[in-house]
Amino acid sequence: MNFETIVGLEVHVELKTETKIFSPAPAHFGAEPNMNIHVTDLAYPGTLPTMNKRAIDFGMKASMALNCEIAPVMNFDRKHYFYPDNPKAFQISQDKRPVGSNGWIEIEVEGKKKKIRIERVHLEEDAGKLTHAEGGYSLVDLNRQGTPLIEIVTEADIRSPEEAYAFLEKLKAIIQYTGVSDVRMEEGSLRCDANISIRPFGQKEFGTKTELKNLNSFNFVRRGIANEVERQEKVLLSGGKIVQETRRYDEATGQTVLMRVKGSANDYRFINEPDLSEIHIDQEWMDRVRAEIPELPDARKARYVQELDLPEYDAHVLTLTKEMSDFFDATVKAGADAKLASNWLMGEVSAYLNAEQKELHETALTPEGLASMIKLISDGTISSKIAKKVFKELIENGGDAAEIVKAKGLVQISDEGTLRAVITEILDANEQSIEDYKNGKDRAVGFLVGQVMKATKGQANPPLVNKLLLEEINKR
Amino acid sequence: MTHQFTKDDVFYYANFARIAFSDDEAEQYAAMLSELDKFAERFEEVDTTHVEPMTHPLHQVNILREDVPTEILDRGDMLASVKEHEDGMIKVPNILA
Repeated sequence: MNFETIVGLEVHVELKTETKIFSPAPAHFGAEPNMNIHVTDLAYPGTLPTMNKRAIDFGMKASMALNCEIAPVMNFDRKHYFYPDNPKAFQISQDKRPVGSNGWIEIEVEGKKKKIRIERVHLEEDAGKLTHAEGGYSLVDLNRQGTPLIEIVTEADIRSPEEAYAFLEKLKAIIQYTGVSDVRMEEGSLRCDANISIRPFGQKEFGTKTELKNLNSFNFVRRGIANEVERQEKVLLSGGKIVQETRRYDEATGQTVLMRVKGSANDYRFINEPDLSEIHIDQEWMDRVRAEIPELPDARKARYVQELDLPEYDAHVLTLTKEMSDFFDATVKAGADAKLASNWLMGEVSAYLNAEQKELHETALTPEGLASMIKLISDGTISSKIAKKVFKELIENGGDAAEIVKAKGLVQISDEGTLRAVITEILDANEQSIEDYKNGKDRAVGFLVGQVMKATKGQANPPLVNKLLLEEINKR
Repeated sequence: MTHQFTKDDVFYYANFARIAFSDDEAEQYAAMLSELDKFAERFEEVDTTHVEPMTHPLHQVNILREDVPTEILDRGDMLASVKEHEDGMIKVPNILA
């Protein structure tokens, strides 16, 4: 029997506000344990939550960028549970009236475009962090308690691990462009759970789903889903039944492991949060937030293809992160040829960033610096080979390409007289190669060109060397 | 339909609130909850077809705070009020997720 994979994702994104969502304590990653706390975060008696305006703005902004409708009236609810990561014993979240609903984003897998619907985007608070120590106890750090989050819930529209990967890649790019979050999975500012079920092809009803947690990278999401689908197929084919449960992806074995059997939503005993007022969002508020949304990845991609004549592939790679895309835009604006700028960013620049494990802003390279170098390549002042030397200097120490070329004497030699003199010398010293060439060994030319390049420290204009070399050989 | 609460219902909900009941107490509360349910049922007689759900008793809306850090609770003060701590963190019994 063949089964169809059905996946819905729940993605938590930490919002990059200055303070927590319901308390005025600072909200940022990396502080010493329990330094960013407020009496409200610890639920001291008599303390009341206060609503962070920017968190609402950010929730709206993300919802709009994900094509959601914005709730004109919304409120917060208490979701009850007992766990030391939240001293209140309830999480303030949004149950019935989330900030955003009925959105979608478009993904592309193997050249096929598809819309993944987004059921809802709701605002809520993050919980503190627990470290399980040896010796039967845990340590609680409440810095993260109260950090604003949005939870993005998709409809069960995803049909393969690859679609899940493409969705996350796109979602991350969109959220990053809006600037409401760093969306760094390694720092926990983007977290993803997957609801997975399978059904025989042609069956209308969904099968029983399991929830998969502990997916710490997009690759683990892809592998985790593939593995869980395989497990469910085995269970069903051997006559078993899928149980609604929460499972954890084990990175070491690549398997999914049972965590717990799921309770029902009623067990959370949602009630309205009476300590926070209703929020009414009027047109003016919506217009203000909408005006702050920058050009999003899809629009940029289209612009690169239509206005700058870039291949679809280049446009896709360049727009994956806002930083790369902004850098590309600035490089072109500084006068660089668009395709050359794209080649350098996707090639040498990306290779350097990967090798050094750095991000663009951590290097000395500026859009103006890269543009100055590309202009020197375009007008023939330096060869691509020399450019690699200039590039290394630019990305490590910064500066202007023209000055580096001048200071290091890297200008390309395109003067025919100078080159002919060098060529004559090389030919005199390599009579055997000339003979080889005349006997039909074309490889001999490559050797001679190499000798000329070596003699000129790589600065000779290669096409010109080729042309002059053949002329000189044929004279002999 | 009025719901008749049983002892098991009481234990089920008491577990959420981390409250311990004896068998006798559970019986007693089951009866009381059934009475409450009977009372609450009378609300269903009211026609609420065009009434918006009330989420808050006060008519104040948009009570918001600017996103500016102000007071922080001193960690030393906080730790002074917990039973045990280690490395600036609160020590709690190990609870499995």
